[in-house]
Amino acid sequence: MDKTSKVFRWIDKRYDLGIVEHFAKEKRVPQFKGSFWYYFGGVSLFLFIVQVVTGILLLMYYQPGAQSAYESVRFIVTKVQFGWLIRSIHSWSANLMILSVVIHMFSVYFTKAFRTPRELTWYSGFILLALTLTFGFSGYLLPWNTLSYFATKVGTEIVGVVPIIGKPIMELLRNGSDVTTATLTRFFGLHVAVLPALFTVILGAHLLFIQVQGISEPESWKDLPESKKKHIPFFPNFVLRDILLWLIVLNVLAILAVFFRWELGHKADPFASAPTGIKPEWYFLFMFQSLKFFPAKLAMIDGEVFGISLFGIAGLLWFLVPLWDSKTSKGKRNKIINYVGIGVVLYIIILTVIGARS
Amino acid sequence: MVVPYDGKMSRRSFLDYLLGLGILAWLAAVLYPIIDYFKIPPQTEAAPSSVVAGSVKDFKPNTGKVFRFGNEPAILVDTPDGKLKAFTAVCTHLQCTVQYRPDMQKIWCACHGGVYDLNGRNVSGPPPRPLTEYDVTVKGEQIVVSKS
Repeated sequence: MDKTSKVFRWIDKRYDLGIVEHFAKEKRVPQFKGSFWYYFGGVSLFLFIVQVVTGILLLMYYQPGAQSAYESVRFIVTKVQFGWLIRSIHSWSANLMILSVVIHMFSVYFTKAFRTPRELTWYSGFILLALTLTFGFSGYLLPWNTLSYFATKVGTEIVGVVPIIGKPIMELLRNGSDVTTATLTRFFGLHVAVLPALFTVILGAHLLFIQVQGISEPESWKDLPESKKKHIPFFPNFVLRDILLWLIVLNVLAILAVFFRWELGHKADPFASAPTGIKPEWYFLFMFQSLKFFPAKLAMIDGEVFGISLFGIAGLLWFLVPLWDSKTSKGKRNKIINYVGIGVVLYIIILTVIGARS
Repeated sequence: MVVPYDGKMSRRSFLDYLLGLGILAWLAAVLYPIIDYFKIPPQTEAAPSSVVAGSVKDFKPNTGKVFRFGNEPAILVDTPDGKLKAFTAVCTHLQCTVQYRPDMQKIWCACHGGVYDLNGRNVSGPPPRPLTEYDVTVKGEQIVVSKS
């Protein structure tokens, strides 16, 4: 204890730890029946850390390239000590992270935590979700197997459908007019350099906003007197609960990674037919399934173009919810927000289920 | 209430101890696979004991050629008096790849100026040991180099 305080004093003398100490003591978390949802931001952060660590480990052996991408991943899962575990954790953690981020987003949406003054937290969070999905999409190609090859072909083709800007973006992504090993190099660069850099900066801003403004209180507390509001200190109470949950998540991750190993599949062959029953990852399934329902032509416009434009507009509206939630500034209840949200959740769940079963 | 110390462990310190032990076990479970992950994986490629270094007609006296011998470079020297000799091309100083210098009639390392004679002995510069010599046999047109 004496030594700790000595170290503490040494640093304190130079950097004034009083600010940190004061911050840690003052920060508190509202305690109510919906408090559970607060933990998903932390879980997402934890899974991101797992991704960074396992991703760096995979980089120690992975080699992008036509003759080496698939072979190096096969080498990792068959020859490297615990290589199969690291890769399996990376894949499972990616999926759980997307799930956790999506839950986090909906919980913020339904608790109206995006309202004034927290619009920027919402916007930055939405960008983080988009980056997370791009991470998933770009990382999926790196093992260069049949499924990833066709998923990338279809995924980038969908971008190309967008009028005017679609084609140039598609070629920029593919690093050419088709999906080749040049695409692999580009996706590798995106996945391990561009996206992590962007993500880290925006995540930093996202966390800073929360620290500056404090954690959003539930809507139902608006008219409550200060004495009726229950809080727990962020440090150590909330942090300890956070750590406990992180441990549980890590254990779940370990169980999934060990007992349900991520398959490597067959090496991509650009001149082979697409395998039957090919589907995108579950988080893109609802969009994939929706596009199937659009007819080939819809009032002079291609069904695809119509569907993708519709998703684009829906995404934009979702992003801009702090603007069209008209009662934001007044802090009133807005039932439309709830109806829209429930509709979106049901739509995603139903179409994902249909997509998974078809 | 202050409990007088009776030589037995208190419930609280026992729990602290248990928690610490749990954290240590958890850390070991996480770190062990990560450390093991960096172990050099077993190489499936077996090192060959002999290799064809080239064809007799491609060599003139007072020349040398670096060729691949398994995972390492080796050097074949056609000496000024027309004898074929082969050595490992890895300098014994700091593992650079050596070359034949016709002007010196010696094997020379460009990195730190180490010099070996045509028997592979380290004659000047920093190399601490001679180069390992290989056996050279000519089978028809082919020059076969093998580990002795």
